[in-house]
Amino acid sequence: MPSSEATAAVRIGARPPLRPGAALGRVLLLLVPGAYLAALLLAPLFAVVRAAFAHGPLAFAAAVSSPLALHAFAMTALTTAVAVVLNTAFGLAIAWVLVRDDFRGRRLLSGLVDLPFAVSPVMIGLMAMLLFGTGGWLLPATRALHLRVLFGWPAMALATTFVSLPLVVRELVPVLEEAGIAEEEAARTLGASRWQTLRHVVLPTVRWGLLYGVVLTTARCLGEFGAVLLVSGAMPGQTETATLLVYRLLEERRDAEAHAVAVVLATASVALLAAMKLVESRRNREHAAEGAA
Amino acid sequence: MSIEVRHVTKRFGGFVASDDVSFVAPEGQVTSLLGPSGSGKSTLLRVIAGLEPPDAGEVYITGSDATWVRAQDRGVGFVFQHYALFRHMTVAENVGFGLVVRKQKRSEVRARVAELLRLVQLDGLADRYPAQLSGGQRQRVALARALAPRPRVLLLDEPFGALDARVREELRAWLRKLHDEVHMTTLLVTHDQEEAMELSDRVVVMNRGKIEQVGSPDDIYDQPATPFVAEFIGSTNRLEVKLDGDRASVEGHRVDLPPGVLQRDGSGESVAWYVRPHEVELRLVSGRGAIPSDVVRIMRLGWVVKLELRLPSGRVVLVQQTREQVDELGLAPGDLVYLALRGAKAFPAAYSI
Repeated sequence: MPSSEATAAVRIGARPPLRPGAALGRVLLLLVPGAYLAALLLAPLFAVVRAAFAHGPLAFAAAVSSPLALHAFAMTALTTAVAVVLNTAFGLAIAWVLVRDDFRGRRLLSGLVDLPFAVSPVMIGLMAMLLFGTGGWLLPATRALHLRVLFGWPAMALATTFVSLPLVVRELVPVLEEAGIAEEEAARTLGASRWQTLRHVVLPTVRWGLLYGVVLTTARCLGEFGAVLLVSGAMPGQTETATLLVYRLLEERRDAEAHAVAVVLATASVALLAAMKLVESRRNREHAAEGAA
Repeated sequence: MSIEVRHVTKRFGGFVASDDVSFVAPEGQVTSLLGPSGSGKSTLLRVIAGLEPPDAGEVYITGSDATWVRAQDRGVGFVFQHYALFRHMTVAENVGFGLVVRKQKRSEVRARVAELLRLVQLDGLADRYPAQLSGGQRQRVALARALAPRPRVLLLDEPFGALDARVREELRAWLRKLHDEVHMTTLLVTHDQEEAMELSDRVVVMNRGKIEQVGSPDDIYDQPATPFVAEFIGSTNRLEVKLDGDRASVEGHRVDLPPGVLQRDGSGESVAWYVRPHEVELRLVSGRGAIPSDVVRIMRLGWVVKLELRLPSGRVVLVQQTREQVDELGLAPGDLVYLALRGAKAFPAAYSI
């Protein structure tokens, strides 16, 4: 494609020299969004970190290693793990069906996938209560299985899964579309089974998109609050995740401890953000290398 | 090791891509499926490979019914127009893929990959990625990959379509040579008649999901079975002819029946003669059976000279002469020249494409 080569060449090529007045414009152009982001993102982050360490590092350590805090982190890890595993497996399947299959209602399904983004997490929590709460449609079934869903980790994991469902799908659909079906057909004519085609051809092709989706899903799950608040009952030491713990500590006016827990969550998010950028740059580099293949 | 297609029909919605098609690709030969785009040739190839299920009909490979055998169990080698190489694998991994998925021993895979890379003359490029290769090299990797698992038949879908003209010609000659060494039953889909003529032992001409003619390259050129074949293979001029008893006239000029045309051909009073550009002789003087025309354009293509002549009716006829012939006549645009027919193929005039 000569046009994309041309734009790439322009991007790589040296910047043309600026007119004197233009330099000031460029500085302004950098300054305005910079200040905006600093005010909106960095300042609160800085404030939280400062507040967390207001009583010194020992108080911080005590706050984040108390049994209740450790349990909350474990609950967050558990719900996140369940949601990531489920959404990776089913997200792959949904993306596959959306791209490779042509059937009636494909557009409807595609729209449905985005529903969790359109609906408030609180509503999602409400829906779960209607399904699994007293008089809920699915209550007889879960009772028969001796499974306590509502106000237990299953409902929390389920709500988190629901909330983060679209991320993997939305990352994978364009990647699968771009890859096309020819390589899969080639694998089949070469004697590969469906499983071998998935493992050796499809997954390696979409690996960066999938990883990016997984990282995004993890970040979203770590921060989930509204849906989990409703379905968990937020019982300290039992069904309390890290975000719920922060909320309760604030309510109880234990601000420093709340900030300490929040800093741990924020650190995890920043680490994920860094991971995301790393994945993105590797993906871009490989795309450039794989180029017109 | 032949391929046999029996009464295969394939529809896509209301579009009939393959309409009750039957033909045989004989063992050890190169057979071409030749036709314009949309004639159903690629669909047929995909049905044979098992990539599309037919709506009706059967496919026999090596004499056994393969119609409902899964693509991965058919033992066909398939080469795609856009190579379809695995972009995250090296050349060697690509070529070895068909062996690895069949769980062959590592040492055997390595030996076979080396053997094939030698065959397609890419020995030094085993560790490259597809993106680091030229189009011609990629297509040779695709061919090596298809041949590696020792398929029973080789299917090529417009294999040179994405390459530029010179590479295409080189690869074509190379593929023919390769086939003369390997002798694998090969079915080639192409819209390029030159490619089909040069590579094949047998050509199947397709149009609108049906077969127009099956024959050797010479057969379909010299003895087109239908007006479509006459027009699609090589270039030709269509002249409407009035028959009156044993007389024939073109544009009101009485002409003799050219060699190869019989009185009964066409049998109605109105027939069409398909005259190849080289089946015309030019003269400076009027005579029996000569049609007057104006020289519109002269295109000198080295040894060959193409002329556009306009008949009195305004119909333009394309004529091909050697440079000597044209120089002898000393023709220039605007000159009056008489043309005599040296050959033609007659069909009923009612037909239109």
